Amino acid sequence: MSRLNNLTRGLIHENPIFVIVLGMCPTLATTSSALNGLGMGMATLFVLMGSNVVISLIARFIPDKVRIPSYIVVIATFVTIIDLLMQAYTQSLYETLGLFIPLIVVNCIVLGRAEAFANKNGAFDSLLDALGMGLGFTLALTLLGAVRELLGAGSVFGLQLVQGDAILVFVLAPGAFIALAYLIAIFNRIKR
Amino acid sequence: MEYLLIVIAAIFVNNVVLSQFLGICPFLGVSSKISTSIGMSGAVAFVMVLATIVTFLLQHYVLVPLGIDFMQTIVFILVIASLVQMVEIVLKKVSPPLYQALGVFLPLITTNCAVLGVAIMVIKKEFGLLEGVVYSFSTAIGFGLAMVIMAGIREQMELADIPKGMRGTPITLLTAGILALAFMGFAGLVK
Repeated sequence: MSRLNNLTRGLIHENPIFVIVLGMCPTLATTSSALNGLGMGMATLFVLMGSNVVISLIARFIPDKVRIPSYIVVIATFVTIIDLLMQAYTQSLYETLGLFIPLIVVNCIVLGRAEAFANKNGAFDSLLDALGMGLGFTLALTLLGAVRELLGAGSVFGLQLVQGDAILVFVLAPGAFIALAYLIAIFNRIKR
Repeated sequence: MEYLLIVIAAIFVNNVVLSQFLGICPFLGVSSKISTSIGMSGAVAFVMVLATIVTFLLQHYVLVPLGIDFMQTIVFILVIASLVQMVEIVLKKVSPPLYQALGVFLPLITTNCAVLGVAIMVIKKEFGLLEGVVYSFSTAIGFGLAMVIMAGIREQMELADIPKGMRGTPITLLTAGILALAFMGFAGLVK
């Protein structure tokens, strides 16, 4: 039961975007379309799983005072791996996401889970926690991307759903803030 | 003239918070009072310029000559983390009230993506050292500007009667959205 809880907690009750409101920069910046949101979510999921497992394994050997820099090195290693992988295999997505791939290293969610969960729990539980949180993050980003793409370009995942004029501002910077504001408000409402 | 363009572009046209989405966490977290937002911006400006200088030198005199520029992310974030630690120690000694006010947010500058973002951007845009410093300082001013405007609005909004579901994060984000719309008006300023 508690294992299952570790996995599902990140999806709804502690959803990193809608409830805890962490990792806002990539959330707002990379969700101009559903596909970009999904790509960013998957990259973060990979880093989160890698770092959570490694940190849960080595946490006992790290002196308390230098734990944050040590975690950052572990996270940065995984970010470099995904950075090189995406450059090699998903060139166009890599170019769209650009700066925000190396910036996964400063995503509060990744360091937050290391500090709040992985350093106190075993490797398997940490993996589940990372999977849940990562999927929750991916879900939120894809949803936000889909909403913005639908309102701003009339399509979802590149599939044209609405013909005619769209509200262009939603794929631009201000639309990111406005769309996320209403999504969080709706989420608050449903949760209550 | 060229430097003036960099300054205007970084402060208004490509405002770091409102159009590039860097440093959103402190922008949402510390912007409820004008005084703390000024302190935070000062700390960020200091760290940002220092970090740009150090990472620039490291990139061009260590990483590239050795052919290990894939280590960029790891090296840069470590440099920034140690700089933040230093600023924290200095601030604790020099200005305890400011240190108290910023509290938990100082260590969070490490995970302020604006600092790392600017350091990487300076390398990507192939700026020289002086251009890089001008760019990072103006970016920091742009960050401060957005923070202070936001704090001013939020201080007024304390008194407003906001629908229940919109309280907290949603209304802050919505305000930021409208602010971003206003900043889009600067878009024609620099080609």
